[in-house]
Amino acid sequence: METLYARPETLFDVPTHYCPGCGHGIVHRLIAEIIDEWGIRGKTIGLAPVGCAVLAYNYLDIDMSEAAHGRPPAVATGIKRVHPDKLVFTYQGDGDLAAIGTAEIIHTANRGENITTIFVNNAVYGMTNGQMAPTTLLNQKTLTTPEGRNVRNDGYPLRVCELLAVLDGTSYLARVSVSSPKNIMETKKAIEKGFRTQIENRGFSLVEILSPCPVYWRMDPIEAMKFIEESMTSTFPLGIIKDWDHD
Amino acid sequence: MKQLLTGNEAAAEAAILAGCRYYYGYPITPQNELMTHMAIRMPQVGGTFIQAESEIAAINMVYGSAAAGARTMTSSSSPGISLKQEGISYLAGSELPCVIVNVQRGGPGLGDISPSQADYFQAVKGGGHGDYHTIVLAPGSVQEIADLVYDAFDIADKYRNPVMILGDAQIGQMTEPVEFLKPTITNLPAKKWALTGAEGRKRNIIKSFYPVKGELEAFNAKLQKKYREIERLEVRYEGFNLEGADIVLVAYGTSARICKEVVKNSIKSDPEGKFGAGMRVGLIRPITLWPFPKGIIRKTSEKVSAILTVEMSAGQMVEDVRLAVEGRCPVYFYGRTGGGVPTSKEITEKLSLILKAKEESETFLVNTTSWSCSSSGI
Repeated sequence: METLYARPETLFDVPTHYCPGCGHGIVHRLIAEIIDEWGIRGKTIGLAPVGCAVLAYNYLDIDMSEAAHGRPPAVATGIKRVHPDKLVFTYQGDGDLAAIGTAEIIHTANRGENITTIFVNNAVYGMTNGQMAPTTLLNQKTLTTPEGRNVRNDGYPLRVCELLAVLDGTSYLARVSVSSPKNIMETKKAIEKGFRTQIENRGFSLVEILSPCPVYWRMDPIEAMKFIEESMTSTFPLGIIKDWDHD
Repeated sequence: MKQLLTGNEAAAEAAILAGCRYYYGYPITPQNELMTHMAIRMPQVGGTFIQAESEIAAINMVYGSAAAGARTMTSSSSPGISLKQEGISYLAGSELPCVIVNVQRGGPGLGDISPSQADYFQAVKGGGHGDYHTIVLAPGSVQEIADLVYDAFDIADKYRNPVMILGDAQIGQMTEPVEFLKPTITNLPAKKWALTGAEGRKRNIIKSFYPVKGELEAFNAKLQKKYREIERLEVRYEGFNLEGADIVLVAYGTSARICKEVVKNSIKSDPEGKFGAGMRVGLIRPITLWPFPKGIIRKTSEKVSAILTVEMSAGQMVEDVRLAVEGRCPVYFYGRTGGGVPTSKEITEKLSLILKAKEESETFLVNTTSWSCSSSGI
């Protein structure tokens, strides 16, 4: 019998710690699929963030390190400089990357560091039970914006891809989502392009993935996917923000 | 061949000799000569030099290169070292070897750029969060900063632990003859645990997160076992004129240089080695601040009538001296703060006061002055 669909070898067969309807599992799987398809398990080094994905190494069968909150791009820099021939990626959430790690991501991108960042944007701090993230939408309710995010008090959602696009050191910046099978396929293509950017030594690449957090959005999983398509994408439009192929 | 170098430059050269090829730093006085020297030398030896966007980024780049199996270093001065504490805690928690140079300046806050030893607590008691220790080496000369930086990489690798070189503005910026007698290290130790890509082996994980109940306690027990081993094997100190001493100075780094002058002068002024009215002075100079040389201090305290600890701080190491002495003899303190450096005259006067106190009454308390710090009897 022909196998059409199976667990990638790089993905461990273990129970998940992620909440029902969470998007991290999808993104982990896509990374594992690419590593398998390209045969680069032994040439890949990943960085796990502080946040829900801190345990990413429980799922991905590759060399991985933790990093302090917000610091994966600096740690990845230190690894990549020692092993320029390895594929080095950071896996970061919105609090990690766009709040406490703002300096690290901007300067790593600006140095044109030859690494890839997988940026999972779910507009909320999941691991700490749902506080406002830098990417929380206006009027979105969280534990720390009980009446909804208020511009006067909390400012605006941070658009990371657009912010990094003005830096000469960035080569490939794309925003995708896991809200539908079609979008998941686009996400895989974007991660592939990000990795290829690095393999071809073209400098910094980042793939921002809009991802659901049904538990802390107080939605069921289907509503959460709809929220991405109907609300998140109007603040964070999908598409390729910067691409060396076309620039 | 002897060269004239600043302590900062000597530290950089020694690191290169020891096989360090990854340096990450951020400008701050008084350690700038170290960083600028690395900017010239690292490209010459095929190494990496990055001027990071912050002290925090620099220590995390060190974390990355250490995780990747390389010899790596950062340097800074007091306010910058405060910023690195998060990273140092993670390095200790992930058991990553690296070398961190702290060329201390006056504090707290922005303080000033003069020599200081006020980061002792931060360096030896942990500095960051959690139960951990960095191994702390305190050089007293330019030659010694070179020797200790060289050794620091071996010690760091041996124990998979961060090592801090605790110098100060004076050690870092003064120029002295220095000779690099040890060979360039080319055969770096193999690190099976390092991240190199899991080609043909089980994957490696570098982490300090142990969320499953009991795991973190077991990991801490492992760390503590390692720390006891370090305490057993790595203590270094210099004893000077201890034989038959009546009173002993305890000081490290720049303070110890001045104390040594005091001891030498006391020998010179009285060929029999008597100080003042019949007191013989010795010196214990801790070279490792952690692990602290408590054995020799304890042993000495059984034989002498008093110990005087001298620091460029309001009294930090003196706490460890008192813990080692456990009341066996009075422990006095003399310190200068805020960039002040004790003079041999001041220390000599203090010794005279202690002697006088001893003659008059065992419970005499030497008064504080505006520029020195309090001292006490038992």
